[in-house]
Amino acid sequence: MKPIFEYTKGMTDMPTHYCPGCTHGIAHRLIMEVLDEMGALGKTIGVAPIGCSVMAHQYMNVDMCEAAHGRAPAVASGIRRVHPDKIVFTYQGDGDLASIGTGEIVHAAVRGEKFTTFFINNGIYGMTGGQMAPTTLIGQKSTTSQDGRSKELNGMPIKMSEMLASIDGAVYVERVALDSPAHIRQAKKAIRKAFEIQKKGLGFTLIEFLSTCPTNWGMTPVKALDWVRNNVMPYYPIGVIKEPKEAEEA
Amino acid sequence: MRSFKLVFRADRCKGCELCRNACPKGVIGMAPQVNAKGYHPACAVNQEACIGCQSCALMCPDGVITIYQLEEGDQ
Ligand SMILES: Cc1ncc(C[n+]2csc(CCOP(=O)(O)OP(=O)(O)O)c2C)c(N)n1
Ligand code: SF4
Ligand code: SF4
Ligand code: SF4
Ligand SMILES: [Mg+2]
Repeated sequence: MKPIFEYTKGMTDMPTHYCPGCTHGIAHRLIMEVLDEMGALGKTIGVAPIGCSVMAHQYMNVDMCEAAHGRAPAVASGIRRVHPDKIVFTYQGDGDLASIGTGEIVHAAVRGEKFTTFFINNGIYGMTGGQMAPTTLIGQKSTTSQDGRSKELNGMPIKMSEMLASIDGAVYVERVALDSPAHIRQAKKAIRKAFEIQKKGLGFTLIEFLSTCPTNWGMTPVKALDWVRNNVMPYYPIGVIKEPKEAEEA
Repeated sequence: MRSFKLVFRADRCKGCELCRNACPKGVIGMAPQVNAKGYHPACAVNQEACIGCQSCALMCPDGVITIYQLEEGDQ
């Protein structure tokens, strides 16, 4: 009997505190599977955010550091500059990256910092109980948009990946989704590519994950995947937004 | 024909049903009893139909599922 799928040793054996069916757990596993396959678990330093994934350092089996809300890119910039031989990443939610930490992520990209950001876009502030995020969709209800987000009052949902891709220092930006096995396979390839580009020192790399928050969306986990497919993906299309020339040729 | 065996770490399962929803062969069901967390854990109800596609394990956020391919001599 040989195993064809096992839980990666890139994750600790600790059960996570995430709600049932929350796709934070899938994103964690994919990143750690890739690092394990690269033989890089002992050569990686991650930076966890504030948000539901504040405890990521307990689950990811690599050296990690915790940053203040939105400040992971600043912390990762320092770590990567001091340890240029290490793989460095941040793991950040949409409240963390697209709201309180907008300045940090933009300027990390501007400086072309050579770490990778994993941006978990679930369209809501999960940890604090479901407030509207900059990424909440038009019409989507949250505790601070009880009649649904309005363009008039709140503006359109921000497209961070497209915005960051317009910056010279950002060399690879891709949006992936965690709604199906096929998209999860694609997501894993994107993570690998980001780390390979980081190792070449080409510049800032970012993968945006369309993720779920069944609890605060008020849906079953299965319905939340349908919501991603039917409502989130049309506004936030998945695919490569920017990549270095050599990656296209490879 | 290749055959497969699924092992569930039921104590970790949160009963989210993402694995059951992803399975193209109806292999997975939810146990009638609850685990220590209070969830109905996923289990194999139709193991023989499994094609080893790994869709269930890819979807599982909680590291519950291990999939084995049976080799000659295995039960
Ligand atoms: C300086 C500061 N301001 C506000 C908060 C409260 N707070 C904690 S988590 C969070 C937002 C989390 O949302 P997101 O980053 O989208 O992560 P998710 O929980 O959705 O994964 C906020 C506003 C805080 N901890 N620190
Ligand atoms: S509140 Fe939302 S994002 Fe946070 S763990 Fe629960 S489902 Fe996941
Ligand atoms: S490996 Fe494929 S066929 Fe087998 S239980 Fe999982 S999803 Fe179903
Ligand atoms: S996906 Fe994982 S946690 Fe969810 S029901 Fe299946 S085995 Fe349990
Ligand atoms: Mg969020």
